[in-house]
Formats: sequence, structure tokens, C-alpha cells
Amino acid sequence: MTSGQLGISRQLAGTPRAGRITPAAWAYIGVVVLAAAVLVARTPVLGRTHAAGSNPWTDLVVLQALFLVCDSASAPLTFRQTRWSPSWAATLAAAVLLGPAAAAFVGAMSLLSLRREPQLGERLFNGAMHALSGLAAGSAYLAINRSVGFPHYQHFGRTLLAFAVAAVVHVAANHGMIWVINRLNGASAPPRADGSESSLALLLSSDLGYASLGLVIASLWMIMDWFAAVIVLVPLFVARWAMAQFVEEQRAYTATMNALCQAVETKDYYTRGHGDRVSRGSVMIASKIGMNAARTEAIRFAGMLHDVGKLGVPTQVLQKTGPLTEDEFAAIQLHPMRGLEIVREIGFLFEALNGIMHHHERIDGRGYPMGLAGHEIPEFARVIAVADAFDSMTSTRSYREAKSIDLAVAELRRGAGSQFDPVLVEAFIAAVAQQGWELPGPTGAPADLAMVTVQDHDDPTAPLQVVLP
Amino acid sequence: MTGVMARRPEPDRLVYWQAVDSGRLLLMAAAAMLVTASFASAAVILTSTTVYWDAALAFGGLIAFGELLRLALPGGREAAPIAMVGALSYALLLLPVHGEPHSRPHGQVVLPPELVIAVCAVGMMVGALPHIAAGRPAGVTGMCGRLVAVAGVAFIFRLVVYGFVHTRSWELQAGVMAVLIFFGWLVDTVVAALIRADDVGARFAVALVDEIRLQWQLGLAVGASVIITVFSVDAIGLPILIAFVGPLLVTQVAFRRYAGIRATYLQTVRSLARVTEVAGYVEAGHSRRVSRLAVAMGRGLGMAEPELLALEYAALMHDIGQLSLRDPIPGGATVLVSPADQERIAELGADVIRQAGVLDEVADLVRCQAWPARGHDPAPPLGSRIIRAANAFDDMVGSSTDRDRSIAAIDRMRLDPVRYDVDVVTVLSEVASRRVASRL
Repeated sequence: MTSGQLGISRQLAGTPRAGRITPAAWAYIGVVVLAAAVLVARTPVLGRTHAAGSNPWTDLVVLQALFLVCDSASAPLTFRQTRWSPSWAATLAAAVLLGPAAAAFVGAMSLLSLRREPQLGERLFNGAMHALSGLAAGSAYLAINRSVGFPHYQHFGRTLLAFAVAAVVHVAANHGMIWVINRLNGASAPPRADGSESSLALLLSSDLGYASLGLVIASLWMIMDWFAAVIVLVPLFVARWAMAQFVEEQRAYTATMNALCQAVETKDYYTRGHGDRVSRGSVMIASKIGMNAARTEAIRFAGMLHDVGKLGVPTQVLQKTGPLTEDEFAAIQLHPMRGLEIVREIGFLFEALNGIMHHHERIDGRGYPMGLAGHEIPEFARVIAVADAFDSMTSTRSYREAKSIDLAVAELRRGAGSQFDPVLVEAFIAAVAQQGWELPGPTGAPADLAMVTVQDHDDPTAPLQVVLP
Repeated sequence: MTGVMARRPEPDRLVYWQAVDSGRLLLMAAAAMLVTASFASAAVILTSTTVYWDAALAFGGLIAFGELLRLALPGGREAAPIAMVGALSYALLLLPVHGEPHSRPHGQVVLPPELVIAVCAVGMMVGALPHIAAGRPAGVTGMCGRLVAVAGVAFIFRLVVYGFVHTRSWELQAGVMAVLIFFGWLVDTVVAALIRADDVGARFAVALVDEIRLQWQLGLAVGASVIITVFSVDAIGLPILIAFVGPLLVTQVAFRRYAGIRATYLQTVRSLARVTEVAGYVEAGHSRRVSRLAVAMGRGLGMAEPELLALEYAALMHDIGQLSLRDPIPGGATVLVSPADQERIAELGADVIRQAGVLDEVADLVRCQAWPARGHDPAPPLGSRIIRAANAFDDMVGSSTDRDRSIAAIDRMRLDPVRYDVDVVTVLSEVASRRVASRL
């Protein structure tokens, strides 16, 4: 999803139809382009009424350049989700200074976006859409303020009101048109439940936050002329820098988490990649039941870390091939609490901690560590339990071979209501049917896992053993 | 020595003023004097002239709002960019403002620097109140630093250059303002670096470079925002501030998210580094103690903040290679196993970290931690030598604060200059004696 921009390739990434534009969407793009062309042609080009010394055409070109610079500087707002582009502050500044048609011309610059990824259809649509939004916002401003040109202190209250209405009209027109094309283009795609709704609030507030920059540019223009466009770029680029840093840090963070989780799994040969697969399975369920972005992100980490407490269980117990003694089983039952102990201080959602602690509870109340039943069990834990059991059944263990997916699905259904939450089981099965499931790679012979390294000659204890990577 | 120490009151019984170090106290005293003098002086001046109360209210409000929304920056720093924009804009305000004071009947409107300082002080205090009410630190040091910086700018601009520039072209005015804003930013940064050097025991030059590296982007945004504010108020009047709060907020949100993810990152690595403890490979608290010790030593050796961050990560994860061991080493003390095994564990740990793809520097520090400080080719990096010494120290001393034990451990390391870098051990002994002193 892009802020005030259509980005079809990113929008539907991950679906088989990525980057394609449906005939219905093409027809819609045609209508928007035509409407933009006709409406702009019917509006007088420069509605500037005040007697300013500078050439209005130069002003228009400067604002168009500002739009392009801001547009190419758009930064991803959150990891993998939204882009943020303050470019339409330039459109609104044009609406204030030069009138509706000029705003449309500035918005139309989206056609020439310096970003490489938009295809022709997107460029056409973005240009026409921004032109139409600019025209609508400019007309709203003109209707309320009754004149265009430099804002004046004597009736600044009216100008402020007119500008606020124009900004709202711009946001509404912009997001409305994007919403329609997404519906036309993505009707067959699965509902995007990766949390676009939660980032929408952020997107709208940052959109409106930067929109008011348009009025500041227009006011500064009175004194500084085109230099107003240059000086507002400074804080804008600093904000963009911070956003980019944020995304980079987030990427590094995720990569580090993955590496550490893998390190945790090296100890237990059979469960390599288990955390990763459970994490993916949990996210599949979360998307299916429509969790928002923040919770989905939290459950991704919770799934990855759900077994981190197994580190506190002696290796011999984890890798034991025969039946477990009571003491050994008790040691294993402790692992959710151990996991909680490790991750408790990480500042992520409280819910994720619950998910880790309770992922071995059962709906019928016979699970551990607390013996919670039904909806007493936190939702995260119920989600993780399903994905956890499924991955465990489809993986090879020291005491048995892996089950097939069909068999594991049947087992899940059998346990629905007693061990698992039936709603989540069905959501998971539907998600697996749709997106498939990545089985763990073949596991080698478990017989000779340990490699003995050279031992210090004066140390009497057992030699160090390293688990083969 | 011990006698003197014993007579000192316990840290938690110290009165606030006693716990404050001298640098801070000096800064606070300067700020307090400045504020008192300004209030007195402003009171005298204002009885004879017209005050532009609208601006005082508007900018005072903006400053209070900015103090309310302080920004936590990496490394436990605090900034208040919006408050700074408000304060500097008020200090640099061009008079008369359109539609406002020149229509007033009585005399010429003035904006003396004392008034600027008084308004800033009130705004900051009002903005700090909610922090105090919520039980958060009031951030007095930060406020004092900002106040001193703004006072410098206000005195120079209002008393020295205003008469010269206020009828000139906007280009000249903006240029002068840019220079003064830079000066104010520099004052704030130098004060922050002084305080920080004092706090964490870093060298001043290193602390200053760290501060500048971390603050220049925000400083740039604040500077440009001040010029935008001053001139748009000049063009339209105070109501334009309503339109400019939005962009300021969005910029601040961007910074907040950046600082937030960095904090979460560090917190996560800290927590996950404890897996070796939970798994019984090392003693409880080992990785955290080693990292604290290593960072203090790195500071003592003049390392800059990015290096310190890598060092902290490496120290936290220096034992992660032990996860690949089938069973824990007795006592978890790597110092007791053979050099070849130590190197093997370090290699395993470095492999784990390198998988992240973004922490190669950290992985190198972990990999080289088992190399001898002398006679190894290539020589291990400073960070690795620090981790080696800190790890050995903690393996021998643990969480104990026993002075003799710590001295014995350091003496033992001194006798082995091949394994342990001499300079690093010297710094370690300083850090360790400070540690013992602070626990007494």
C-alpha cells in the first residue's frame, strides 16, 4: 500500500497475480484519465489574482519540481507495508497560490515519478488521480476562501478553514480512488489481513500532518519566493532519513532474531527450523482470522521463540529415543516457563509472552503449565498450539517418521475441541490448502550426532562434544 | 581509604542535591541564576513598555508542548526538538508581526532577551510538570542545557544584531539566524557532551563527537524549522503556528520510531543472550556483567559509541557458541578449557552471529575473543581483547564484589601478558576498583 500512490506490484505482492492489472481496472484507469483531462481542460490555468512580482509560471514549475523531489523521496513507512510520501504538500501549496488547475498540473507530475518501480498503467493512474485530487482540493479551497494567492493575515481564519477542507477533500479523493482500483484489481486476491487497517491510521495522520506544510509553503512564498520550497525540504529529508533508519534497524532486528532462534535450535537436531515454521504457520492463522499488523508481528516473534525454553532442558532428555521417565517429562513440561523467563524482559507485546507461556495448554484443560481451558487460554497460545502440533506431526522425530500433510490435517481435526480451538484449526487448514506448507528437509541419521573435539590433557571431565552443524 | 568510604552515606539515602555531580550542579546553578535575573529584569523593563503577550503565550505554549513530547534518543539521551523550535523561534522573532502589535496604541513593542528567557523557563516548567506527575524524571539537566543555549542566542540576537538586521533583506536575516541557530545548537551539544562524559566516564572529545554524530540530523531539522517558523510568522502572524505543528509532529514521530526500534533491538539481544544462562552453560548474569564491564572498559579506552554498541552486542553474545556444545562446560567458565576449544567455541558463536547478515563486525569480535593478545597474527581487534579480559575476570570473580578477590584476579591476568593485553588489564583494574567502590 502506498500513501496517496498506487503501487500495484507491491500491493498484491505474494499473490499469483502480482503486478497484473485486470481489464476492469484498466477501464477504470481510462475513466479517471479521461475525467482528469476533461475537467482540467475546462478550468482556467492560472487563477492567481494578486499582483505578485514573480512569474506564476516559474512558481508552477518550482512546485512541480518540489512534488517530484518529495515523490522520489517517499520512504517506506513500516517494514514491508506502507510507503510515505509528503509530495502532495506541493499540490496543496499550488492550490493556495495558483488555483485548482495549477494544483492539478502539480499532481499530474506523478506521471513522471522518478521512482523506477511504477509501470505505465500505474503511472497513468497515479498522474490522473493526483490531478483529479488536486483539482478537487483546489476547487474546495477557492470556493471557501473566494480567492487564490498569498494568504493574508487579515482573513487568515477563513484561509485556514478553506485549507483544512481542501486537505480533507484531497485525502478523501486520493484514498477513495485507490480503494476503488484495489477492489477492481484485487477482487480475486485473498483478503489482505496483514494489517493495512492498523497502519491506515498512521498513514492518514502523517498525510494530514504534512498536508499543512502546503499552507506554510504558501505563506513563506510571500517572503522567500521559490526558496520556500527549498527550505521545507530540509526537515522533510531529515524525517525521511529517520524513517529509512527505522526500516533498516527493523530489518537488522528481524535478521538477528532469526539467527539467534536458529542458534537455539542447533541443540536439538530434530527441531531445526521448527520455530521458523511454527512462526509462519501462526502468521498464516493470524492473517486468516484478521489480526492487525502489530499483533501479527508479535505472533511472528512468539511463534519463533515459543520453544526457546527448551534450552533449559538437558540435551539427553530432548534427544532421548526411548520412553521418558516421570522426572524427564517434568523437565520438559517446564520449558514454557523457562521460555517466559528468557523473553520476559523483551519489550514486545504482553500477548506474545502469554503465547509462549501457554502454548501447551489444551482446550479441555488437560494441558500444562497452568491447566487453563477453553477461552481462558490466550488467543496467541491457541494459535501457536495448532501450528506447533502440525509442524511437529509433519516432522521426523527420533522415535517416529514424519506424517503426511493429509494425515496431520486429519489429526488436527480429531483434536479440535479437545486439544485445539476448532475455529483456529479450520482457519489453519484453509490457509494450508491455499498457500501450501513447507515441509522440513530430510533429517540424517541421528546415530552419530556428536563430534569429539581435542580435549585439554589436564582436565579430567568428559570431553567437549559439539553438535554437528 | 576504607574508613573514608564507610563514613559515606548509602547511595539511596543521598539527598537529590548530594547525588548530583559537580558539572550538573554548575549547569543548574547557571540556569537558575539566568532565570532569576531574567525575571527580575523583565519585570522592570515591562512596566515601561508594551509586551507582545500573544507571542509570549503562543511560543510559551509551543515550548511546553515540546517539553511534554520529549524524544528519547539512542543511548538514553533525551531531546525536545519541538520545544527547541519554539524557544529559538521566539528568540529570533522579527517585530512587528503582521496584523499584530503595530496597531496597538501604546508605544513601541519590545521583546527583550530577558523576556525570552522568562517565557522559555515558564514553558519548560509547565511542560515538565506532567512528566513529574507521571513519575518520570523531570529532565532538569536537559532543560537547563536548552535554556542556556537559547539564552545565548537571545542575548546576541536581540541586543547585538537585531538593530542591524531588522530592516535588511530576508536573505541576510536568514543567514544571521542560521549562524546563531548553529551557535545555539553547538552550546547545547557541548553542554550535553560535558554532562555525558561526566556521567559515563568517557573522554570529552569522544563524547562530543558522539553527541554531534547523533544530534546533527535533528539539529538540522530544528534549524530549518526555526527559520520556517520565524518567516511564516513574519508573513502571516501567529496563527500559522497551528499549521506548522503537524509537520513538526510527524518528523518527531519518525525519530521516535527509530529510537524505539533501536532500544527494542538491544533489549532483545540482552534477553536472548541469557539463553546460555537458562540452558546452564554459564553462570547466571554472566553475559550481562561481562557486557557492562566491557562497555566501561571500552569507554575508558576511548571507544566511540558505534564501536561501543558493537562491543556490547559482542560481549552479550560472546558465549553463544556454547549452545552448540552438547553439554555445558563445568561451571560454564571458558577460561578453564584449552585454548583450542576456546577458539572453537568462539568460531561457533561467530558463525551464529554471522547468519544474521547485519552484525559482521560483532561476529568478528566474537570470533577473535579467544586469540592471545600478543603474538597472534593477525592481532585481535581491541574489542576482542576487551571481551577476553572481561570474560576471564567475570569467570574468576563472578558477581562477588570482594575487593581481594578482584585484585587477585587482575594480578593473575597481569602475569599473563601474552593472553591479556596490558593496557586493557590496566583499564580493567580501574573499572573494577570503581565497581567495588560503588558497591560499598
